Amino acid sequence: MHILVCVKQVPDTTEIKLDPKTNTLDRSSAPTIINSYDAHAVEEAVKIKSHFGGKVSVITMGPLQAQDVIKKCIEMGADDGYLLSDRAFAGSDTLSTSYILSMGIKKIMEKNSIDLVFCGKQAIDGDTAQVGPGIACRLGIPQLTYVESIESFDLERNVVVLHRKIDDGYEVVQAKLPCLITVEKDINELSFSPLTNMIKAARYQAVSWSINDFTADLSQMGLKGSPTSVRRTFPPALRTGGELLKGSDDEIIETLVNKLKGGILQWQI
Amino acid sequence: MADIEKEYSGVWVFVEQLEGKLASVTLELIGEAKKLATSLNVQVSAILLGDKVENMISTLIEYGADTVYVIDNPVYHFYRAETYMKAFCYLVEKYKPEILLMGATTTGRDLAGAVATTLKTGLTADCTALEIDQDKKILLASRPAFGGNIMATIVCKDHRPQMATVRPKVMKKLTHDFNRTGKVIREVFAIEEGTLKTMVLRVVKNNAENIKLEDANIIISGGRGIQNEYGVKLLNELATVLGGVVAGSRGAVEKNLIDNKQQVGQTGQTVSPKLYFAFGISGAIQHTVGIQGAETIIAINTDSECPMMKMATYSIVGDALKILPKLIDVFKQALSETKDLEHRNTNVIREGVVTNE
Repeated sequence: MHILVCVKQVPDTTEIKLDPKTNTLDRSSAPTIINSYDAHAVEEAVKIKSHFGGKVSVITMGPLQAQDVIKKCIEMGADDGYLLSDRAFAGSDTLSTSYILSMGIKKIMEKNSIDLVFCGKQAIDGDTAQVGPGIACRLGIPQLTYVESIESFDLERNVVVLHRKIDDGYEVVQAKLPCLITVEKDINELSFSPLTNMIKAARYQAVSWSINDFTADLSQMGLKGSPTSVRRTFPPALRTGGELLKGSDDEIIETLVNKLKGGILQWQI
Repeated sequence: MADIEKEYSGVWVFVEQLEGKLASVTLELIGEAKKLATSLNVQVSAILLGDKVENMISTLIEYGADTVYVIDNPVYHFYRAETYMKAFCYLVEKYKPEILLMGATTTGRDLAGAVATTLKTGLTADCTALEIDQDKKILLASRPAFGGNIMATIVCKDHRPQMATVRPKVMKKLTHDFNRTGKVIREVFAIEEGTLKTMVLRVVKNNAENIKLEDANIIISGGRGIQNEYGVKLLNELATVLGGVVAGSRGAVEKNLIDNKQQVGQTGQTVSPKLYFAFGISGAIQHTVGIQGAETIIAINTDSECPMMKMATYSIVGDALKILPKLIDVFKQALSETKDLEHRNTNVIREGVVTNE
């Protein structure tokens, strides 16, 4: 089985700082990491490979430093990686990102057909969850988003049965392969990478493709190919503080309970 | 561009439903669509795809839809990207709405991504505020980005429809007007089941007794400050006494004290309870972005200067593990005095979730 995983290098959003003067993000303050949902996607692909055999490839779009995220995937057990890097790609929104990635995926498929495409359910910097469905649409394969677990593969009938999260629970869906799956973190636990993978990763050089490697439609990529644009950014409106209760612990608790008990009886379930 | 403006008109809302049960976000979206449509001087339409959904039409109109477009066919019994996307794009191409809203639920976001890619138009995800630029008559869609560190207003100037998914429980539905009337347009768009690549085998609903975090009125939430299993036990006890649900910040989830399904914040859930207790949660922006809709927030923390203490309605300086047992005792007594608990449901804790028995 040939499984392709789409990954993204992201700033660790828990470390990011907002410059209060300019209202812009100081991205340099945050280290870059593999998007956490994508790590679970790679883990799942490697798990499936260990059951059924085959190969796991990863693809990413980004600056040359995004090599690092591919090395991370090799460490986790991926076999090869492709980096799509070109200034023409910069400034792409989700529509053009899915165009560029699907272009790369189609190029990989020319030599090596793909049975499954995995993505994280969303990236932690953009939080859009739009690129996965975008790629599936452009490849013309079924999309199965927010997948919590894979129940079974039937390789004779070429179908997968999986659990897809919905608002009130989950649905059990059967899909024909090839298909695109975006994963929730619940799908697996990340395992530790064996030393041999780490050594391989340290030396690994991803295949790097630029615009010259494709016959691409320039009008569909970068800022030009992006129908959305950012009008402005501003700091989130935060609640203004209330009352700091003072006194001994017992006094404070009595005050608080008296303030709340009427409401609680109404709101109780 | 001028041509596009004239050609596309009206605000559309995707009706999310599962076997005849309407998702609450749908009515919220119709309410918000009404606001946008009024400022553009256009109409609101609801797009209803499903199987035997005729009886839902009146509800949509009574909550503010001027027109309901319906495609009713067994092939649309369950939501599937491949069928809904095709039917939806068919309607958009035929009737040309200028704005298209969907709930930022797993279903809405799944469909929106596929529709926007097929129509090659702009889509803004998970919006928390929408308004109209009166000069240019375009949608200003605002959303948190970078883990809630910043808000961004996104526009889609030259493509139509302008699409957005909207976070549930942010917008307000209109009051139910039983006398409201509207237009119904029935369309046929049949798809042969045999040509499809996906099939929903069954739907498994969460135990109806489990209160979902996003629906809870009272949430007892813990962070790193609850420290250990003993702290979790206290949170559960307070939840039992108050009839609430236990949740946690990323800090508590990472320490394996709270299940990640119960995480509140940017990577967890957005909640809007009447009452939110934050025990030992410092209030990083990734957490507080998820509780902006809470009515009353009580913060308990040893650090009086931390963001959570600054934003709370009432804050108490102290160690969560010391304050919790006292709160449990005093609440237990106060609530039993006010009302005899004999006749109330007893709440039982199962895996950190309070359920009625």
